Amino acid sequence: MEFLMSIIVGILFTCAVYLILSKSLIRIIIGTVLLGHGSHLLLLTMSGLKSGSAPVLMDNISEYADPLPQALVLTAIVISFGVTAFFLVLAYRAYQELGTDNMEQMRGTESHD
Amino acid sequence: MKKTNDVILQTVTKIISFIIILFSIHLFFAGHYTPGGGFIGGLMTAAALVLLLLSYDIKTMNKILPFDYKRMTAIGLLIAVLTAAGALLFNVPFFTHAYDYFDIPLLGETSLHTAVLFDIGVYLVVIGITMTIIQTIGESE
Amino acid sequence: MSLLHLAIVLPFLAAVFIPFLFKGLRTIHTGWFVLLVPLALFIYFIQYLPLTGGGQTVTKTFQWIPSLGIDFTAHVDGLGLLFALLITGIGTLVVLYSIYYLAKEKEALHNFYVYLLMFMGAMLGVVLSDNLIVLYMFWEFTSISSFLLIGYWYDRERSRYGAQKSMLITVFGGLSMLGGIVLLYLMGGTFSIQELAGMSGTLITDPLFVPALLLILLGAFTKSAQFPFHIWLPDAMEAPTPVSAYLHSATMVKAGIYLVARMSPVFAESGLWLWLVAGFGIFTLFWGSFNAVKKTDLKAILAFSTISQLGLIMSLLGVGAAALHYDYLDENIYMIATIAAVFHLINHATFKGALFMMVGIVDHETGTRDIRKLGGLVTLMPITFTIAIIGSFSMAGIPPFNGFLSKEMFLAAMISIIEVDVFNLNTWGYLFPVLAWVGSVFTFVYSIMLVYKTFLGKAQFEKLPKKPHEAPIGMLISPLILIALVIVFGFFPNLLSNSMIKPAVEAILPALGDAGQEVYVNIYFWHGFTPELFMTLGVVLIGIVLYSTLPKWQGIYNRIPERLTLNGFYDKGLAGSETGGYRLTNGVMSGFMRTYLVYIFSFFVAILLATLFIRGAFLFDTADLAQIEPYEVVLAIVLAASAITILFAKTRLMSFISLGAVGYSIALFFVFFGAPDLALTQLVIETVSVALFLLCFYHLPEISRKEERMGFRFGNALLAVLVGLTVTLLAFSSFSYRSFESISQYHIENVYDLAAGGNMVNVILVDFRGFDTLFEIAVLGVAALGIYAMIRFRAVRSENE
Repeated sequence: MEFLMSIIVGILFTCAVYLILSKSLIRIIIGTVLLGHGSHLLLLTMSGLKSGSAPVLMDNISEYADPLPQALVLTAIVISFGVTAFFLVLAYRAYQELGTDNMEQMRGTESHD
Repeated sequence: MKKTNDVILQTVTKIISFIIILFSIHLFFAGHYTPGGGFIGGLMTAAALVLLLLSYDIKTMNKILPFDYKRMTAIGLLIAVLTAAGALLFNVPFFTHAYDYFDIPLLGETSLHTAVLFDIGVYLVVIGITMTIIQTIGESE
Repeated sequence: MSLLHLAIVLPFLAAVFIPFLFKGLRTIHTGWFVLLVPLALFIYFIQYLPLTGGGQTVTKTFQWIPSLGIDFTAHVDGLGLLFALLITGIGTLVVLYSIYYLAKEKEALHNFYVYLLMFMGAMLGVVLSDNLIVLYMFWEFTSISSFLLIGYWYDRERSRYGAQKSMLITVFGGLSMLGGIVLLYLMGGTFSIQELAGMSGTLITDPLFVPALLLILLGAFTKSAQFPFHIWLPDAMEAPTPVSAYLHSATMVKAGIYLVARMSPVFAESGLWLWLVAGFGIFTLFWGSFNAVKKTDLKAILAFSTISQLGLIMSLLGVGAAALHYDYLDENIYMIATIAAVFHLINHATFKGALFMMVGIVDHETGTRDIRKLGGLVTLMPITFTIAIIGSFSMAGIPPFNGFLSKEMFLAAMISIIEVDVFNLNTWGYLFPVLAWVGSVFTFVYSIMLVYKTFLGKAQFEKLPKKPHEAPIGMLISPLILIALVIVFGFFPNLLSNSMIKPAVEAILPALGDAGQEVYVNIYFWHGFTPELFMTLGVVLIGIVLYSTLPKWQGIYNRIPERLTLNGFYDKGLAGSETGGYRLTNGVMSGFMRTYLVYIFSFFVAILLATLFIRGAFLFDTADLAQIEPYEVVLAIVLAASAITILFAKTRLMSFISLGAVGYSIALFFVFFGAPDLALTQLVIETVSVALFLLCFYHLPEISRKEERMGFRFGNALLAVLVGLTVTLLAFSSFSYRSFESISQYHIENVYDLAAGGNMVNVILVDFRGFDTLFEIAVLGVAALGIYAMIRFRAVRSENE
């Protein structure tokens, strides 16, 4: 399972990086979302998968899944939502002000301070 | 824009969002022992509000629920910080929580925990920011 | 927190109230309130005199960051107390003087006094801290306040230049010192100076000893303006004169001397220390006095004179280390150097402080400090003239003032060094008395210049911007007190011997006390016809000859072209680093975000792969793998397919739907992995995100990829695959390769006992790691506010337009 997940994480990262490197703002944003998904899965995979039942205290159960990466990922999910929203608004405001969503045309110039 | 007929959506939403909110509150309080908690509860509540927002419109929403969500975020943050700082009054390090078991009429023996206060802060912040974001974007033309 | 700590931070606390006092009580000069602070502290520190005089020390510890060994330990011994008294004593006089120097109507007094108090507190912190990190912190505080005070008249270009120069040089030294401190910590395992001094014997054999020594000395030399770092001090004279008198002559520049004295117990056994401290000191003495003669600005002369006198004290501290190698002698004659250092330190503060204030008065009353315009002021300013002549004579080493006594001891110490038979001193040591003597001659010359060109000589009042007259009495009080001390210490030097000098020397050379030697301080005028007396006579004779023939040999100063001077190198270096930095930035920063991302991802791949390879972490542990169910494979394929679909999506809608598919698949995976909280969160977030994307949909353009050429896409794809591969390897390696036990077990075991909860994830969030959550919701709040600001503030702007 970990092997499969490692590959999935790799695919997610590949797609994310490819999108982030492109020139279109929207694709970059989608790339960051994918990057977030990839790192969430990576965190879980690192600590080992399915090592026990859900980390909720119950009688007669001593093996639990690792709760720490879950807590980390939970915060990460919410944070990446906030960041995505921020990016989206940034992108649409930039598009409104500059009239382009092409990163190459957005680069600052010498005269532009 | 052409006036669309979404009576069915609006009627269903009224009931559904009410149920979702109730469920989210349950999730919030159950969070200490079973899955749930401030984040999930807050998100669930926010989702219900978003649903309402989508089926009605912003003006109606503001009339029904006249909250300032930015203020809600601030209050949530304040509650969280004060809960954490409250520990200092009892001469224990910042963020030390306390709990005890109380015998409350009707409910029986219940444990009361200061972590719930902190979670209320989280809950309010999550609703506050989600709604601030959605509402602000929705209002911009 | 003891009263002692409170005394150190009192100036900082007082500084908070200064702006309010300035704004609220405009009619009273703010300086009167400030005056109370150093005065109270001076009286407070006086109480410690009997204690340290009896050989005792006081140590009070306030736990600050105990886990890193950083405690705010206040340590009062002879040396620290001497400096504390200088700082508060001279501070009182300087504040009093400044009340008359800076007009309350014109100047930004609230800034001035805040900086000054900040400096005072920082300086007290430096001299009374036992912990090196705390000392360093206060040390940098003095650099910052000095920067602010030099740039006090920030609308003048020279002020800004001087402020920047002093900041660059002293902070460079400060950072080197921090490096030295860290090395000391690595060697000794403590930041406490007292403890380090105790293990000096073992430290000296450590390979890090020499680097630590060099770095610490770099800090001391830059602060105390030793050659070749002295160039900042003359430019620092752009500060208001009270500041020059206080920071750049009496106290701050002596912080370097303090550091050398304070670290002597740790380093002084080493021959390198002796040679470096004494060598740089004596050369600085010569160079400073030599250069002072060519200056025409009174403050510039005093600046170079300060450099030279600092060199003098520094060289004495270096030579004093020789005493450690003679701790078997009955009467250790080498101890005289350290005694002279401490004595001259006090003397220099008195006469140089008075001279600076004298120059301030001349500047204030005539409008110029240029000796080519001044002259014949003696009839108009008799009191100022008295201050000048006594101060200058003391500085030149002419009896009966205190400068003569310490100068004689200095010369005696320099002669004695010839007889030291360690570290090749008996051969090269001859340079010391020679340079000392030459430096003294030039000191004599500029001292005479100072008095003669200003107060005697031909009167040329028509060249002065203002009509000169004697200064108001308030301005004269402080220099008169200092001059009175010059005379008192000249006639009764032994007032200081046992109360201040002896405890300070004992603190600098504790090893002698341990060896059973007693520091014996007895200073007197007449030593008989000793070599140093003849040297002084020679200084006076040659000095008078040189002064009267000054115009004939002044030409030698113009021999060195401007670009070869140290200042030339500094300016060129600064300009060079600016253009170089600009060029580098332009080369690397294209302004195109992809370029930066390519840097980031390339380094990410390179560093991670290299680390994995070097640490041999390519490990595939298959023993502990979880079971794969068929439906999981299906889900994985769906997930991968949706992710790849996004790459080829032609429309926005298509991308968003695929993105949603990825999100929901991940939520399902969370379910399989036993993470109900995550699954719930992911589901709700995904739903809210859909609403978010729908709302933004309206505002965003369609995806266009026309500009992207094949080469561009191929390069991106290559890098993307590399990153993906690295992450895959990393994921598997980190699962298989565990270098330490996870802390998760702690959370699992204590969730009920410590936090009375059942849901571990939530308990971690709100209790065990509540700090993270607190910051996280704060970040979320910031993001929401940012979005609000981006959308709403535009509306406000367009309404205004």
